[in-house]
Amino acid sequence: MRSETMLRWSIRFYIGVFFLYLFTPLIIMGLATFNDSRFPTVSPWKGFTLKWFSALAEDGAMWHALWISVIVAIGVLVVAVPIGICCALFLSTFQGRGKTFLYSLMMSPLLTPGVIVGISTLIFWKGFSVSGGVMLTVIAQTTFIAAYVMLMVLARLQRFDRTLENAALSLGATQWQTFRRILLPYLKPAIISAAGIAFLQSFENYNTTLFVKGYDTTLTVYIASKVRTGLTPAVNALGLVMISITVILAIVYEIKRRREQQSMSG
Amino acid sequence: MFSQLKARFGSSLAVGILGMIAIWLLGMVILPQLLMVDYSFRPNLFPSEIGGPKDVYSLGNYETLFSNLIHLKIFLKTIWSSVLVTVLTLLVSYPIAFYLAKVATPRQAAFCLLLLVIPFWINEILRTFAWYIILAYKGPLNAMLLGMGVIDRPIRFLSGDGGVLIGMVYAYILFMIFPIYNAIESLDTNQVKAARNLGAGWIRTHWRVIIPHAKPGIATGCIMTFMLAAGSYAVPSLLGSPGSRWFTQIIYNWFFEGGDWNQGAAYAFLLLIICIGFIALVMRIFKVGLGDIAK
Repeated sequence: MRSETMLRWSIRFYIGVFFLYLFTPLIIMGLATFNDSRFPTVSPWKGFTLKWFSALAEDGAMWHALWISVIVAIGVLVVAVPIGICCALFLSTFQGRGKTFLYSLMMSPLLTPGVIVGISTLIFWKGFSVSGGVMLTVIAQTTFIAAYVMLMVLARLQRFDRTLENAALSLGATQWQTFRRILLPYLKPAIISAAGIAFLQSFENYNTTLFVKGYDTTLTVYIASKVRTGLTPAVNALGLVMISITVILAIVYEIKRRREQQSMSG
Repeated sequence: MFSQLKARFGSSLAVGILGMIAIWLLGMVILPQLLMVDYSFRPNLFPSEIGGPKDVYSLGNYETLFSNLIHLKIFLKTIWSSVLVTVLTLLVSYPIAFYLAKVATPRQAAFCLLLLVIPFWINEILRTFAWYIILAYKGPLNAMLLGMGVIDRPIRFLSGDGGVLIGMVYAYILFMIFPIYNAIESLDTNQVKAARNLGAGWIRTHWRVIIPHAKPGIATGCIMTFMLAAGSYAVPSLLGSPGSRWFTQIIYNWFFEGGDWNQGAAYAFLLLIICIGFIALVMRIFKVGLGDIAK
């Protein structure tokens, strides 16, 4: 029994160290924003400043990159979400030979390195004289983000009770009405979270975007180029803003989830 | 195929569904990949020469890798380092996944999962950049080690592959934890208790009960981590130095500095083959099918 207790404590210790490892880098990156030093660091500490936030706000190239990122992410949302839904509907309906093959094919973009997705898109569209830019970025990102959407929608679809559809049909609803009034409302939560994930995936993508961006620099590409050339704590300020948004979203999501749980159990 | 869809959704919706899938699979997945492979077997020519007598298939672009020792070395190093990253990530992740799935109370697990998701939502560049600050020559890690008297002078973490490995384990750890967590979570806790009651020690319980059950999750995690590591451009370009280049950086240079897309396509295809090979290997070792992966 004593070894059990020791095991428990050692695993707790390990978890503690692990979360320290997970968060220390982010905390240090955040702290470096407030250090009055030309280069982002926390050692030595040269005094507290907020000047890097105003430096960030005045960075026109950053705002432009943010704008490009938002346009690309919206484009991906509009294209990838319908494709993903269609694939999920197809996979939940079709039974027969070739299903495993098609499923593997639809999964393959997720198992392909991002740089290769970018490269193949770039080469393919060169044949149509389309060079890198916002449009190609949307296409390349859609290639694999659609697969994420498919997986998320499919997960919910697999728990769907098809007798509901049959009931609607036998009560005289058309197939379109059944889809519109029964299946689509059922899928709505999965579609919304898939859309959120798709937006986020697009927004933070780097490896694929790098090859197809042309001259349209997205925010992630901009940050990477800043780190390598012209690194100042303004990059940290940007990072801190993005982390703060993330943490707030995560907390809101958690509160919402707990409320839902309570309302279900109570 | 069509009749099943038509029976459920009606013909116009069925046409729409199949059309969307066809556009995606053909126009974005299959044809671009095939064209990339086609490109890789052709020489790099001036636009006027394309389709001319010089435009013939050859293995020339692949021979480049084996005649260029620097590229070959980087290619092999990328594979080896990605395997190393995968193994390290697996070792770090397994206890966490096990703790979350079987030791923690549901409340604790929910809280820990939330904590895990936060760095996961922050993009790869920022996660890597955070390590760039820590590992810098005059950064906090060196300052701390110097202060503690562990080292006499600062270490150049960012000049070798060490920084890249640390950054990759950090960046991809969640792709390992989540699949393993999902797999272990689906194991009936009574099975663990039964093994313990029958006298199995902790190690044996893991080896004979939990790990066999978690195999699909471990396989998925390893495949994702290897693929992300081998295909990473962000981490080596931020944490590496000219002396520790990654194969993706060579590919990038063929496209945007060397201007030889055919050569770049050949290297990209080699990278893809390595990833496919790794997937096949993992599926063989763990005896899982493609259907078990990425569930």
